[in-house]
Amino acid sequence: MRRLRPGAVVPPAVLLIVLFHVGTALADAPAPSGAFRIERLNILVFALIFSAAVLWYIRRAVRGETFYIRPLSGLNAVDEAVGRATEMGRPIIFIPGTGELDQIQTIAGLSVLGRVAATTARCRTPLRVPVLYPLPMAAAQETVKQAYLDEGITDPLDPQTVQYVAGESFSFSARIGGMMAREKPAAAIYMGQFTAESLLIAEMGQAVGAIQIAGTAEPEQLPFFIAACDYTLIGEEFYAASAYLSNEPKMLGALRGQDLMKVVIVVVVVAGVVSATVGWGEEIWRVLLAAL
Amino acid sequence: MKHRLPILVAFISGAIMIVAFFGRGSVVDAVSDEALRGQTIVAGIALLLGVFSIVQVHWGRITTHHSDRVYSAVLLLCLAMMAGFGVFAGVDAGGVYDWLFQKIQAPMMATMFSMLAFFIASAAYRAFRARTIPSTILLVTAIVVMLGRIPMGQYLYDGLPSWANWIMVVPSVAVQRGIIIGAALGAASMSLRILLGIERTYLGRG
Repeated sequence: MRRLRPGAVVPPAVLLIVLFHVGTALADAPAPSGAFRIERLNILVFALIFSAAVLWYIRRAVRGETFYIRPLSGLNAVDEAVGRATEMGRPIIFIPGTGELDQIQTIAGLSVLGRVAATTARCRTPLRVPVLYPLPMAAAQETVKQAYLDEGITDPLDPQTVQYVAGESFSFSARIGGMMAREKPAAAIYMGQFTAESLLIAEMGQAVGAIQIAGTAEPEQLPFFIAACDYTLIGEEFYAASAYLSNEPKMLGALRGQDLMKVVIVVVVVAGVVSATVGWGEEIWRVLLAAL
Repeated sequence: MKHRLPILVAFISGAIMIVAFFGRGSVVDAVSDEALRGQTIVAGIALLLGVFSIVQVHWGRITTHHSDRVYSAVLLLCLAMMAGFGVFAGVDAGGVYDWLFQKIQAPMMATMFSMLAFFIASAAYRAFRARTIPSTILLVTAIVVMLGRIPMGQYLYDGLPSWANWIMVVPSVAVQRGIIIGAALGAASMSLRILLGIERTYLGRG
């Protein structure tokens, strides 16, 4: 395992600070014309640096380098949850969020669904996947069907496994509540984008005694999940779930590259706080411009 | 090809959106507008899939004499009624469809929303326990914020509202920003993996 070296962090950090001032100057300038939006140059350069970092570490992972990923108790509990459901003979409910398929959180939720469906197929545990919108329903059906096929289950997918439930979040919550009260799932997994229905669903799961694992990147809903669920994946942990469960080198390399950029951003934020506090920001920029 | 075509479509669609974000021009804007319009059309067609799924599941329950077949029958009846009135009588204000929505569906939605108050209370009762040092800090902070937001808090101590305000504006916002930054980086990484075809589980492939 290699730790991040200062040499890998400082140059991108300095570049980001320079980009901030360039971007600010461009934003204050008169609106330019032309095929390229020059005022978004700093975003483009940051995106290129980020992509380069991710691809660099993917390359290193493919070449055989291993990266340490800290244990995520919520994901380690998935197997425990499936085992509990199998022993009790009760189903598992998986909700891939209440967002549309164009939301990245929904795609992340479907990625986790693939892994969970494979585990439930292996253990022959009933799975229920209620979905709020039709497009995620179609994607979830394909995901579950493929997971079942990979485990040797060739029977047609039961329509009750993945079902479209309403098109409105409170109607969805009401349906989930009824489903939980009648079927009494042993485990409930919530992975995706949620809004006000998060606490309704989580409390209903708590009431029937299900082990609950939640993951979302919505800061407003995280406190509700933390209060009501047994395990919660916060923000980037949720996005890392697919890589964590698959343990594929390319996915783990991408996580490492993302972590490098996080460290870079922390360095930039600290540098900004220090310079703003002591008033060195403008002075350093003036010196840099004079040197150029 | 069957496995590569969806990945190619995902890459091309993502590339169009990236070019539209950084580029300017009539061609770029026209292509991205068409892509977004296509997305709306596909989502509208997919609604038929959802209706088919509902009818399939609940008609199956009725025909197999499921214990909850009465509720399934009510659901299908309401679905047919709303769809029928909406299509044949219109959705304008004052019509039957609008009446059904305003007098039945909207109050039911409000009822579900109102349950949040009770669920927040029960979740808070379970969460705010002084078992460990961090949970005790959480409990004290929650008490300060809750009391600081109501007139009784100011009656008890004049400084409570400003303490509550400081907690909400400084440490709470700082933590939220940290979570947002981390989540944004995670989303960007996931988007890059999807664009490059490394992440394929959403297609049903490992």
